[in-house]
Amino acid sequence: MSETEVKTNPQGDPIVGVATPKTEVRKDPHAEAKKQRVVTPEYMFFEAPRTREFITGSEAAKEAIRRSNVDLAIAYPITPQSETMQLVGVLYGEGYVKEYYRGEEEVGVMAAIAGGSRAGVRCFTATAGPGTLRGLEGIASWPGHRLPAVALFTCRVVNAPLAIQPDNVEMAYLINCGMIVLHAENQQDVFDFIMAGFVIGEKNDVTLPVGVCCDGFFVTHARGYVRMQDRGIKLPPRDPWRGAVPVLDAENPPARLSRDAPVQKSNFMAYNIHAVWQQEVWAAVERSRKYITRYLGGLLTAENVEDADAVIIASGSAVAQSREAVRLCKEKGFNVGLIKIRSIRPFPTKELRELCAKAKLIVVPEFNYIGWLAREVATAIYGYSRARIIGGPRVYGGQSMPVELIVDEVESGLTGKKSSNVALSQIMGGMVNPEEVAHFMRSI
Amino acid sequence: MSLDYVKFSNGFEKFMPKEYRDMVEHGPFGKKVTVSQMGSFKEVLEEHPMCAGCAMTLFIRLAMIAFPNPEDTITVGTAGCGRLAISQAAIPFVYGNYGDQNGVASGLSRGLRLRFGDKPKDVVVMAGDGGTADIGLQQVLHSWFRKERFTTIMLDNEVYGNTGGQESGMTNRGAVLKMAPLGKKFEKMNMVELAKVAGCAYVATVVPNNPRRVESVIKKAVLVAREIGPSYIQAYTSCNIEYAIPTDKVMEDAKAVENDRYQFQEYITDEAKQYLTERYGYKEFLAKSAAPAASIPGKG
Repeated sequence: MSETEVKTNPQGDPIVGVATPKTEVRKDPHAEAKKQRVVTPEYMFFEAPRTREFITGSEAAKEAIRRSNVDLAIAYPITPQSETMQLVGVLYGEGYVKEYYRGEEEVGVMAAIAGGSRAGVRCFTATAGPGTLRGLEGIASWPGHRLPAVALFTCRVVNAPLAIQPDNVEMAYLINCGMIVLHAENQQDVFDFIMAGFVIGEKNDVTLPVGVCCDGFFVTHARGYVRMQDRGIKLPPRDPWRGAVPVLDAENPPARLSRDAPVQKSNFMAYNIHAVWQQEVWAAVERSRKYITRYLGGLLTAENVEDADAVIIASGSAVAQSREAVRLCKEKGFNVGLIKIRSIRPFPTKELRELCAKAKLIVVPEFNYIGWLAREVATAIYGYSRARIIGGPRVYGGQSMPVELIVDEVESGLTGKKSSNVALSQIMGGMVNPEEVAHFMRSI
Repeated sequence: MSLDYVKFSNGFEKFMPKEYRDMVEHGPFGKKVTVSQMGSFKEVLEEHPMCAGCAMTLFIRLAMIAFPNPEDTITVGTAGCGRLAISQAAIPFVYGNYGDQNGVASGLSRGLRLRFGDKPKDVVVMAGDGGTADIGLQQVLHSWFRKERFTTIMLDNEVYGNTGGQESGMTNRGAVLKMAPLGKKFEKMNMVELAKVAGCAYVATVVPNNPRRVESVIKKAVLVAREIGPSYIQAYTSCNIEYAIPTDKVMEDAKAVENDRYQFQEYITDEAKQYLTERYGYKEFLAKSAAPAASIPGKG
């Protein structure tokens, strides 16, 4: 009598060489999904009771998709984020996502997302690092085609040599595409931003894709508490005829519809059409501010900034590290404020100008080498603040960020008793001297 | 499949341009038109910026007449000459990034099926040889492997025409073109065999000098793609500019190329045969003899 061995995958499904027809009569695998009830976004985000679960970021993304009434999800594996899209595959098996397949690679996946969004259905995909850059031609064309969709970018090293570790340099490319870019700090943000992303991107005066970024591995593989609504409710479906441009379904007048305007003629009108179109894309990004404020409570959050000796400005995982640094600074007697930036596009320029008007020292820790957030901050508050801006500390290539690095920059900036680890070229603003200005100009 | 969307709103008729009124009153929407009636109805594609004598344009016009439901058809194209004409037609057209047409069509056709169920919304890809066999090959092949239900039409002019005459994978061996200064060093890609291997349910090659045949294969390809599986049409659509074919010799060239490397081929799976016969009343596949199941050698 030999025991039969059953191999299972991480989802608990048996692994078999060939799918065997199920012999026993089982209950409808879609039964639970069919019972889901549509609720308004307002009820979903503000009123629905929530319960707390301790789950990974990938699971948080899955649970967001379960409640987002997604029509089409397209998957392609990449480490370490492939869990997200395979978990969405589980939802497809359960009937929560209507259509799903594993694409050939990211160029094909991003193209198919563009096709699905043009057909008028709600689309989702996720990728990371090299996958993001491979798909970037397609991703960069979504805003111009006015294609609402949500993509999750669980940021990963893109530079050679190959690495699979977290590093959010890919966001430097995404923020110039014309899409809305949100940066999640933790599992809760991933959950909330994805769901709100569908609602914001599909607003008539927005009609844009939304990129939800998080620092891969730190957020996707680690667990955190996530407060979630009941799985029996979901967002309303996408209403394709509400978009700013018609969907390609052969149901809209006029019959002749080449939505992708033939602007490749070499004449003034063609250039002008394209220029106006770009302006309109970025105007739509601007118009999303009110919806980000309504559904996420603002483009940023600020804690204890008013009377602070120094302010730390961060996004993503760096916020979590900064929060701990604030606590350590307090123990050392420094009163430090914290600004968490949720929305990188649109960028909270006006809010930062107000919040930083009296700041003397700003520290911007980041998980990438080039320091795109520090540049954004310096550009936003230029002329509105006399603060010295420390563009660092920065870690990259998968390094974690010891909070002491942040504390050291605060202490060095405030007292001069510690030496800074940030290159002079990345220190901006403050007392202007020609040498520093020269460094600043070289670094932007 | 409402035709209302091509009709006038009450009271607006007299304000509409003549082109549009002609389209509503004399266009092919909701009617059965054939290539033999050309000249007696308003075609969905008339004005276009293509070169004089362009065989590709003739082929695109014929293909569009052959669409079984032009009012519920969406075309997907990519960079290349063809899209300059296709985008002028009275049919919704998607123009994305270079080579992404079969990826876009995958998402589009799946999305339309989610929204409209069994109501046919035909997705037809029309792209050049560069877009299909070179830059888009991966997405083309994978859409076939995945059995995506839409039609892929290659407008094969055997050269990158729109970018100014560079060698493509579909160029013949030995041809001297830009980027092939010593002549192309490998064979013309055999996309027909690739299509069969990759799982297309219907595959045909065609030249534009036989309009009835163009109409026939396009119609079958689109119908098969509705329910059975992917279909592929490879059409020789010469570039009379880059190959310096005198305008009045374009059809002679097409005939010569047909005899040389573009003999009519048609491949159809048994399932597709049965479907066309039972659903659409096709008689040509009814058993006359014990013909080989999958391959019908070409004949006039």
